[in-house]
Amino acid sequence: MANRIPRVAVREQDPAVRATNFKEVCYGYDRDEAILEASRCLHCKNPRCVEACPVNIRIPDFIKALTEGNEAEAAAIIAEDSSLPSICGRVCPQETQCEGSCILGIKGEPVAIGKLERYVGDWSIANGDKEPRKTARNGHKVAVIGSGPSGLACASDLAKMGYEVKIFEALHEVGGVLTYGIPEFRLPKKAVVAAEIEAVKRLGVEIETDVIAGRTITIDSLMDEEGYDAVFIGSGAGLPRFMGIEGENFNGVFSANEFLTRANLMKAYDSHYDTPIFAGRRAVVVGGGNVAMDAVRTAKRLGAEAVIVYRRSETELPARAEEVHHAKEEGIEFRMLTNPTRILGDEQGRVRGISCVEMTLGEPDESGRRAPVVKPGSDFEIECDVVIMALGTSPNPLIASTTAGLETSRRGCIVADAEGATTREGVFAGGDAVTGAATVILAMGAGRRAAAAIDRYIKSKTNPEKLDI
Amino acid sequence: MNMFEITEKSFIADNICRMKVSAPRVAHAARPGQFVIVRADEYGERIPLTIADYDTAEGSVTIVTQTIGVSTRKICALNVGESLADLAGPLGRPSEFVNTPIEELRGRRYLFVAGGVGTAPVYPQVKWLHEHGIEADVIIGAKTKSLLIYTEEMRSVASNLYIATDDGSEGYKGMVTGLIKELVENRGIHYDECVAIGPMIMMKFVALTTKPYGLKTTVSLNALMVDGTGMCGACRVSVGGKTLFTCVDGPEFDGHLVDFDEAMRRQSMFRNQEREASEKSHECNCF
Repeated sequence: MANRIPRVAVREQDPAVRATNFKEVCYGYDRDEAILEASRCLHCKNPRCVEACPVNIRIPDFIKALTEGNEAEAAAIIAEDSSLPSICGRVCPQETQCEGSCILGIKGEPVAIGKLERYVGDWSIANGDKEPRKTARNGHKVAVIGSGPSGLACASDLAKMGYEVKIFEALHEVGGVLTYGIPEFRLPKKAVVAAEIEAVKRLGVEIETDVIAGRTITIDSLMDEEGYDAVFIGSGAGLPRFMGIEGENFNGVFSANEFLTRANLMKAYDSHYDTPIFAGRRAVVVGGGNVAMDAVRTAKRLGAEAVIVYRRSETELPARAEEVHHAKEEGIEFRMLTNPTRILGDEQGRVRGISCVEMTLGEPDESGRRAPVVKPGSDFEIECDVVIMALGTSPNPLIASTTAGLETSRRGCIVADAEGATTREGVFAGGDAVTGAATVILAMGAGRRAAAAIDRYIKSKTNPEKLDI
Repeated sequence: MNMFEITEKSFIADNICRMKVSAPRVAHAARPGQFVIVRADEYGERIPLTIADYDTAEGSVTIVTQTIGVSTRKICALNVGESLADLAGPLGRPSEFVNTPIEELRGRRYLFVAGGVGTAPVYPQVKWLHEHGIEADVIIGAKTKSLLIYTEEMRSVASNLYIATDDGSEGYKGMVTGLIKELVENRGIHYDECVAIGPMIMMKFVALTTKPYGLKTTVSLNALMVDGTGMCGACRVSVGGKTLFTCVDGPEFDGHLVDFDEAMRRQSMFRNQEREASEKSHECNCF
């Protein structure tokens, strides 16, 4: 029986070696491995995995094509719902989505859907059609702010519907958090991110870099002066949080955003590039999410002893299980139930350590996780020369503060309904800009729903009698 | 014309280069007090530079760069007809007076204190005030006469132009702070606001000088930055005990509230790496 086959293990770089380089950790499946793993799928009548996928990829169907050795067909099935399979196959939290709902997972191990998606995505990059696939233009223009996951997904769908779409990107490289946030060893920039964005461009999507919404242009200037019928804001959550504790401005304290942007966007780990980075001798990363794991593993690769400090216990770590596992293999030290209270500096204002308290877990808080409580009299110090704050991010206020009538929540998130409509007519939003920092795939889902809503909005404006409600 | 093509270039002092760059979107949106992020080439750093002038009709922005490290040398090595990899902006908030009703500004007298390469971004501010009929005196300070920049441009827009050189090779002999004292205490000139732009240490001492007069003093900080849009927090600065981001909350702040010692210390974060990189690139030039 198909499900007697154990989950096909994926080949990875040796932990001791990879902890010293920035090459990709996971090699992915080859063709034989992918077809064997695909054969484990039971092709459930009511596939729970499809429902659990934020963009509802027809997972059993693409896997079936794969079992038949038909990568082109598998790729076409995925492409109906996702433009970024190589990226999502690598960074989605599959264990809580598709794989988390796989029937095989109840008694054994779920189908490695993520690794199969990655295999198909990589196959497309290597072998797929490179011809432009522009849909006939319908005469309407839509502007997309931000070239991250939500913007790319929204732009792809709109271009397929015939809209003239232009993405405005603030940084000099496209990809948003895929480029500045997620490290090369987890998501290769050139081979994967740039390649999948090229595929989006082949749909006819234009991208202009170095344009900062709220500064270089405004939502109003796009609509009033540049003739866009609608705008989608997918500007992400780029504003880093700090703890507000003493010593946070000492030299050697970085936001994870700064540390990772230097490494990923500016390629500071490569001596050919001019941007400096400093990981110190011993780097403490505060936080337990994917960004914390990315920062601590980057610090390790730059030669530092690298430590995670997290105020709850290991079961509450919000990072993907695979990232925590990889980090441990690479020799990252985990100090759980520990919370910093003060950063210590030397006479020159450089970090020399971090003062912490031990925590215990109390009653569940509003997030449903058990709230950390300070253990009295448990103060102790950790010696280090770098502290990296990975405490989450919130949306950048630049757009909201320059767009009249665009409502935001108390946390600075843009207020939008389930379809992405904001409080401003013709202005839609999705992804982290609306939800606060979340995942690549949720942002893509929001971008796709907004694309459908933008299409309905523009049609209702230009052709009201044909509106299909 | 290519995006970010250099259309004019000249060295206005030994190591200070002025470039006019084609950047229509930035020129259209720029206001006095704002800055841009520039990257010379694919391998370059993103570095913040203040906007020295902008021409909306022509679609150009003027930047002035002092060669102090690898990245600034790369920028200054580019020639007319070549292009910067990137020029993004305008960033930061415009100067406060830009958004103040003109009636309120009328009758006010400004004192600008410009030091070194910081003289360049003072020019669009004084020019803006001049065009709106507001009086502004300007002090330009430099170590010596050959390092003075923008004196002619400034003369055409300033109500009064004063020069201070450390060695007395032109104008007042001494620091800009001495000249401020001379104008305010000895000549009894009343100013409503002072704006100081230059090296951190100069701005610190200008703020210390004006504090006893109760003279509101605005400074423009040149903190380290990566993105310039509020993403990285490298440009954190303590102002009145609160941590702010220079890139989105500034770059102009109340000089009497800025913790300059911390700001100067933070500016030196990567000094060791910068020195190494600078030495390395010099070696490379020997080939």
